[in-house]
Amino acid sequence: MSTQAGSVAGAAAVAQVATGKKARPRWLWPAVALGALVLLATVRVITGAHDIDSSGALSASIGLAMPIVLAGLGGLWSERAGVVNIGLEGMMILGTWGAAFFGYHYGPAAGILGAVGMGVLAGAIHALATVVFGVDHIVSGVAINLLGAGAGSFLAVRTFTGLQGGGPTQSPPLQQLPFLSIPGIGEPLLAVEKSHLWLLADLAGLLRAVTTNVNALTILAVGLLVGSWWVLWRTAFGLRLRACGEAPHAAETLGVNVMRLKYLAVLVSGAFAGLAGGFLVLVASNLYREGQTGGRGYIGLAAMIFGNWRPGGLAAGALLFGYTDSIQLRGGGDVIHAYLLPAGVLLLAWGVWQFLRRRAGKAFTGVVPVVMSVLVLAWYALTSTIPPEFTSMTPYIATLLVLALASQRLRMPAADGQVYRRGEAK
Amino acid sequence: MKRVDTRRLALAAAAPLLAILVALALTTIILLASGDPVAAVWAQLFKVPLPRQIVAISNEAIVLYLSAVAVAIGFKMNLFNIGVDGQYRIASFAAAVFAGAHFLPGWLNIIVSILIAMATGALWAFIAGVLKVTRGVSEVISTIMLNYIATYLVAFLLQKAAVKVEGSNATSTAVLHDDSKVPNIDVSGLLGTPRQVYGLLVLAIIIGVAYWFVVNRTRFGFDLRATGASETAAVASGVRVKKMVATSMVLSGAAAGLVGMPLLFCQDYAYGDTVQSGLGFAGLAVALLGRNHPVGMAFAAVLWGYLDQLSNGLQIGAGVSDKLVLIIQGIIVLSVVVAYELVRRASLRIDQKRVGSAEVKSVNKVEAVAA
Repeated sequence: MSTQAGSVAGAAAVAQVATGKKARPRWLWPAVALGALVLLATVRVITGAHDIDSSGALSASIGLAMPIVLAGLGGLWSERAGVVNIGLEGMMILGTWGAAFFGYHYGPAAGILGAVGMGVLAGAIHALATVVFGVDHIVSGVAINLLGAGAGSFLAVRTFTGLQGGGPTQSPPLQQLPFLSIPGIGEPLLAVEKSHLWLLADLAGLLRAVTTNVNALTILAVGLLVGSWWVLWRTAFGLRLRACGEAPHAAETLGVNVMRLKYLAVLVSGAFAGLAGGFLVLVASNLYREGQTGGRGYIGLAAMIFGNWRPGGLAAGALLFGYTDSIQLRGGGDVIHAYLLPAGVLLLAWGVWQFLRRRAGKAFTGVVPVVMSVLVLAWYALTSTIPPEFTSMTPYIATLLVLALASQRLRMPAADGQVYRRGEAK
Repeated sequence: MKRVDTRRLALAAAAPLLAILVALALTTIILLASGDPVAAVWAQLFKVPLPRQIVAISNEAIVLYLSAVAVAIGFKMNLFNIGVDGQYRIASFAAAVFAGAHFLPGWLNIIVSILIAMATGALWAFIAGVLKVTRGVSEVISTIMLNYIATYLVAFLLQKAAVKVEGSNATSTAVLHDDSKVPNIDVSGLLGTPRQVYGLLVLAIIIGVAYWFVVNRTRFGFDLRATGASETAAVASGVRVKKMVATSMVLSGAAAGLVGMPLLFCQDYAYGDTVQSGLGFAGLAVALLGRNHPVGMAFAAVLWGYLDQLSNGLQIGAGVSDKLVLIIQGIIVLSVVVAYELVRRASLRIDQKRVGSAEVKSVNKVEAVAA
């Protein structure tokens, strides 16, 4: 009975999203992906910046994107249930310590569990504050970040000092999780990639990145991404959980235990954030280091908002971050510089299109993009690389731009961030 | 009426005290669990601070107080300015470059540089304000992104503006001449330590008073609080919320621009790559603990400084990492916000009961009269 009732509540709340919007064709996203690849290939051939989509760059991007994907999933679970979780960063820090401590003493599998466990612990605190005591979500999240950072460094000093190769701010090196490859196709793909042929080399680079030297935890993370989508959007449980984030009072009247679901969602959120920290320790760097998370919890949150509170969009946002991050780490000032060319051309095209379609009386429509495109193209023509600080800045500027341009189309869960108290009429 | 007010006051004071007690209890449990010497830790943390520590505490409190005020201006209307960190960094840099160029003599140089810092901080915060007002971007995310952008931008600009100093690897802007340094307050007669309190203590006091005045005694402050308490009600009474969001972001940013000023004019006399970070987040904690109240935040800032300074002796005095204080601070913030919420609910319940019993009494009276 309660299952049915819950489903109805959720459906009612979610239905408003679906109405009034034309369904996008199925082939839209594959087409966009293919278009992007063609664009990349063209830019690569014209500018000669071959690292723009080399298998090395792409495989590094995937590795760098995974912690952000996991942190973003943490945000997704809790925000879909209506609890804003800005404490992801602190939970990640606790996860890094958990992964290193348990990974060092009991092996990498225990490290994964340790990371998840510490994350769940932090999630329980956030849930206690926000769900049970009704504290403002962002306030509690800020406190969790302070607490997580403090507890992480305290525990690290306490447990890693005096170990062989460890110290107060660093754990000893850990045993690695296995890297997996599909045998026999790495070499031929590399040969094709080295030919630098238009589109063919790019396809080979992409294929090689996803088939060779992929970490086991990366595969697990992708599985969790798909699994989260399936649970949240394809099961009655997920529908009820999302109903808590859209219309908790309506859900409660129909028999959903809103408090319990919210609490559970924040626990899952903590688990994902902890695992995100664990990924940094177990895969990305092979040890715990203080300050290792470097704000990736916040970036995960940004990626989730970028992705419109959806798993697919979240993954795209995380990949964008991972990509720019890997380009920057590979010293890719020339690659970012190469992007000025398509950016300038696209701006120019957009400006001209706006100018041609301008309405009567609006003589200057389209002038701004054209001027900007001239500036960008001049920048491209007059320089050969971009200073490293600007390369590092790129992901943050990209997020800000995307949020500024797309925020009108973004729609967060209706009751996201609101304190819910049982039996309080709205 | 008076009776209820005193009870309210007692409840409001009870919350932070309760939170500190909870933090002490939880920390004790953590220490017991990890097998650390509990008594030695508390003995170290509750020592009477040495004179030089008192000076260090007040200096840290001055900086934290400015940061907390910046955060509190946003908090008053439910705006979360997480970007104080980026704002004060870019503002300090701009002010340091201007002041280091010595276009103006002495005090004029100091005052104009401080105004430049306020303007730069305001401008940086204004980006987040504009994005929120025109494009609906959450200020939480945009200010976090702007923090990173500010960090890299300042790193880049610092390379361009840096002055080579003989025999030093550190990059920093030009060092201020003596006439552009703010004289510090000599407390040797009072405390017997050669260390000096930042002269810009004056700035913190001015900002505290100005904050109190603007929030509690002006039309703008009323609109600010009204919007924070109930946006729909504020809109109904004619408040233009978008304008309020942009204005309060700008004011918050201007206050954030001041955070680095005591460090620039009273201690470092230049902006370098060794600049302190994380002051914005500490300011968030202090504002939460002090409940956005001008005096409350002062107490909170002093408490923060006290914990930071006394924790320095933990490693030597008790053999425990000084990181412990970060845990204590985290627990204090978390338990204080929980305590405030519980107190709010309790006072709401008391009010409801009082109103209820008053109604019953008046009904009884009416019945008695009727009989």
